[in-house]
Amino acid sequence: MSRSKGAIVGIGELKPRRLTSGVTTLEMIAEVSRLAVLDAGLEPAAIDGLLVGPQVGETPQHVPATIAEYLGLAPTMANVVDLGGASGAGMVWRAAAAIEAGMCEAVLCVLGNNREEAAPRSPNRNPIREFDVPFGASGANISYALLMQAHMAAYGSTARDFAMIAAAARANAQLNRDAIFYSKPADVEAVLASPMIASPLHLLEIVMPVAGGEAVVVTSAQRARSLRRPPVHLLGAGEKVTHRAVSQAPSLTSGPLKSAMARAFQQSGTHADEMDLLSLYDCYTIMVATTIEDAGLCAPGQFGAWLGDRDLSHKGDKPLNTHGGQLGFGQPDLAGGMTHVVEAVRQLRGEAGERQIGKAGLALVTGNGATMSEATALVLGAA
Amino acid sequence: MSVDLKTLKTPGPTITALTKPFWDAAAEGRLTIQHCEDCGKAVFYPRPICPHCWSKRLVWKDASGRGRLKSFSEVYKPGHPGWLPAAPYVVGLIELAEGPTMLSFILAGTRPLQIGDMLLLAPTAIGGRVLPAFKPIEPGAEEKPQ
Repeated sequence: MSRSKGAIVGIGELKPRRLTSGVTTLEMIAEVSRLAVLDAGLEPAAIDGLLVGPQVGETPQHVPATIAEYLGLAPTMANVVDLGGASGAGMVWRAAAAIEAGMCEAVLCVLGNNREEAAPRSPNRNPIREFDVPFGASGANISYALLMQAHMAAYGSTARDFAMIAAAARANAQLNRDAIFYSKPADVEAVLASPMIASPLHLLEIVMPVAGGEAVVVTSAQRARSLRRPPVHLLGAGEKVTHRAVSQAPSLTSGPLKSAMARAFQQSGTHADEMDLLSLYDCYTIMVATTIEDAGLCAPGQFGAWLGDRDLSHKGDKPLNTHGGQLGFGQPDLAGGMTHVVEAVRQLRGEAGERQIGKAGLALVTGNGATMSEATALVLGAA
Repeated sequence: MSVDLKTLKTPGPTITALTKPFWDAAAEGRLTIQHCEDCGKAVFYPRPICPHCWSKRLVWKDASGRGRLKSFSEVYKPGHPGWLPAAPYVVGLIELAEGPTMLSFILAGTRPLQIGDMLLLAPTAIGGRVLPAFKPIEPGAEEKPQ
């Protein structure tokens, strides 16, 4: 196995909520940052790197400076990572690279968002706004419905195949008290009986938007040894960005995660089949289906048969999104992607409590942004 | 869908000087797209440089109006409230005969839509403007683009 590129030494997570009232995104970022830095056992002043997400609406520009000032930090490396749902995974690799380059030593990677009842519509002026929206295609649901329909037509995958993914996420969420769908399981029949939003996509195959926050602290493998928590090492990573609008996607049935994951496996000297945990970005059921196939876990089009033969719970042969995934946990906007990093760290530390997986040596974490457009994959390893 | 599409209060395009020829043509019931005089490829959506070879020698040419359905969705819960009266309605990805893919509104045909169906340009007044929508080519019919 390859050497560590850096280590995640602290994690923080806010319990997701449907709505916040009078709470700013900045306040939530402060809360979750504090949790992650406390968990790492570092003094705030030790944080000299800061990676944050875009703050649409609240802070359109100067986001790192705004957050640094708010937190009382004076980082020597500060940046916005704008990769949609891949931002969290993308931050971890960038943090390790910045440390390797000598820019900083300990990086806080933080994403969070409030959620108000009546959020203003975006004032976008870009190709999607001009060439998709006027034809009736606003928002991600329709884009992912188009990807799902294409998969079904190409391979004969069925509504039931996709529903299994949502049902498994809900089942795993029953062991996560913080999940928005804790105590609300939904089986395959319930998923299929839920309202059609944009055919062939059912309501329960779509994440629930929530307010929340997620943060991790990354430092060098060497420095990690002196800290209080068991480090989780970044062993390999890959990334690819291919398009923004679904109409411009090079393929509707395979995405940029395919090459991102291949690179992460190659760098780490691992293979998809060796992963003890699959922490796969799941904004929609189709995203998990495509990722399983693009990872090489099964042949293209065969995800349904593959899933049907496996136990995806923490006790199973192929634990998948043990925190419930975003389909079970809720999607705190850009922080949703970071939930997959935070859960992988918990599992690889052996701190996942009643949902702890058995062997916890290697985890695959994926991030996906826009319409299967922005992809980051991480292979993480236990200390 | 029984609503008159003309009366919808849907968001229109955010037209720029660069993209104006596309929308001017659309208003006249034509579909015009850019072609690169250096690499020969067709380009959609409009850009100042060719995304294939970065040439600036892009010229507008009317498209054939024919295309193949790559995917579609029947939308029950639109992302914009202006579309609610039209729901359910169909949007699709159309691979134009010239090469590029565009997203558009798909008018109902006589048979259920299937990926791979051949489509024809069908300019349609939607929300106060004419948009380059598409419709299925009915089996046996050999229609000319309007």
